[in-house]
Amino acid sequence: MAAYLSEYIWPWLAYLVAGMVHVGLIINLVAVSALVFIWLERKISGRIQDRLGPTRVGGKFGWLQTLADGIKLIQKEDLCPDGADKFLFRIAPYVSFCASIAAFIAIPFAGGAYPWIAQHLNAGVFFVLAVMGLEVFGVILAGYSSASKWSLFGAMREAAQVVSYEVPMGMCVVVPVMIAGSLDMVVIGDRQAGWFTNWLVFHDPFTLITAAVYFTCGMASVNRAPFDLAEAESELVAGFHTEYSGLRWSFFFMAEYGSMFAVSILAAVLFFGGWHGPVPVTQILGLAGAEAGSIAWGLAQAIGLANVLLKGVIGVCLMIWVRWTLPRLRIDQVMATCLKYCTPIAAAMFLGATFWQYKLPGRTFFGVQPVASSVFEISEGWQGTVEEESGEQERVAERITTAEGRR
Amino acid sequence: MDSIYWPSFFFLLFSGIACVFALGVLLSKNIVRMAFYLVISLASTAGLFFLAGADFVGAMQLMIYVGGTLVLLIFGVMLTSQERFVEMRTSSGEWVVAFFIGMMLLFTLGKAAFGVDAWAGLDRETAEAVEVEKTVTPLAMGLLGARVDQLDEADEVKRDGMAGYLFHFEIVSVHLLVVLIGAAYLARAKRKTGGTAANDE
Repeated sequence: MAAYLSEYIWPWLAYLVAGMVHVGLIINLVAVSALVFIWLERKISGRIQDRLGPTRVGGKFGWLQTLADGIKLIQKEDLCPDGADKFLFRIAPYVSFCASIAAFIAIPFAGGAYPWIAQHLNAGVFFVLAVMGLEVFGVILAGYSSASKWSLFGAMREAAQVVSYEVPMGMCVVVPVMIAGSLDMVVIGDRQAGWFTNWLVFHDPFTLITAAVYFTCGMASVNRAPFDLAEAESELVAGFHTEYSGLRWSFFFMAEYGSMFAVSILAAVLFFGGWHGPVPVTQILGLAGAEAGSIAWGLAQAIGLANVLLKGVIGVCLMIWVRWTLPRLRIDQVMATCLKYCTPIAAAMFLGATFWQYKLPGRTFFGVQPVASSVFEISEGWQGTVEEESGEQERVAERITTAEGRR
Repeated sequence: MDSIYWPSFFFLLFSGIACVFALGVLLSKNIVRMAFYLVISLASTAGLFFLAGADFVGAMQLMIYVGGTLVLLIFGVMLTSQERFVEMRTSSGEWVVAFFIGMMLLFTLGKAAFGVDAWAGLDRETAEAVEVEKTVTPLAMGLLGARVDQLDEADEVKRDGMAGYLFHFEIVSVHLLVVLIGAAYLARAKRKTGGTAANDE
């Protein structure tokens, strides 16, 4: 993009504008999705509890409710407790929010040879995991600097929880990485092109369980109920954000909803086909192999974008559903879930998937379907940077399956 | 040719942030603030790695160093519940020792850095023409046992000798595992009363 712009304006400005466009799009995505998710959470929780949820603000469904909340929050006084470490107290919400946004830099929204991604990183999965782990910093800083017991308790719980849940989560992420043979999220996503039978969640029984464990750990690592011990209202007033008010408080919430979305999109890319829908619409319409830059290509990419966002929203809805269904766990139960269940299960699933891949390479859908029988072909574009590593697997992945193959 | 060369700009920005906050670590007296400054310093070092196209090393820096500092921060918070530790004071003896060790390290690093023959970097046209290579594949291949950068080594014996790091990697990871289990064993609370047979040591 910078190269394209530099034909019209000064190159130094072109780089700046190109960077700004990416960052602007990501910030807008996170902020607007937070608006929508907060509204959605209210509506869904209302329905689950046999209420209507917001109905008044902005028309029929109360869809301006979050905006009204935002205006209220901006007007609130920016409080800072007396005994607080003022500098850390002020900066903590921004640390959380930055970590949450930075994860989106390496998340692809459409694949192919020219993926829609802010920064195509060679080790995208690893980067996203590393950055998402940093969000807890803001929470710990907030808890420490508030000079309040409740905040400190909340922060320490969160720290223990997030540090332990990173272990099983990392193990779960390794499974699709191993099957696709790459840390590059674009390659992992394009490995699952075609019908939904090619999604890695259906690759073998082990990946199915891995996806479930990943989602549990993801929910715990973004601090959602039933794992929201850091802010357990019934015990800790409001946990780490007890002392916050106004806009700083809302930054924590934007960060939380942003990370929920990031975890869901990561799940979508790793396990649920990413930008490939359950039915290969783009291939059926003949848009898939289109030349980059053409209208057909743009349309195919836009369908991919819609797929990714839709899967992300479904993931977030699932999290909301779980939150309003299950009661909160105790801290020892949270740690037991992680150390006694999630970690061993993830390790066993990793071993199982390794053996499956070793014994039955090049098959999808629980091994019943060979990948190679295909009519549709993926666009030639995506580079197999790891061809020498897993040449056979890559080559079979270049072909996608048809209805005959499924039978 | 444009007037601002962004890689240089970002190099100066990141290295400046890293240096300023490293000084902040040195001069701050509050242990939690120190940890926070350390995090910023290490994170901007990760930024330098990303700038150099070393995605994997950069992400590694974020995960290991910044994440490790997180644990440090937690311990800082846990230990500073006693007033004695909130404001750290260093005695003059500690200053002298630290100064000597720091100067020795600086001397070694400086000597190594200026010992490089072609110290002058590439000029700008050459630098702009360099295609930044992706780092993960050679790294992973190296761990698997094939050094892609050594494939055209003429000497057969030499090539086999540089086959990769798999063995070393395994040794180190087993070692770390032993350390982890040992730490868990040592840290375990020993319950003498009221426990079942499973709890008793």
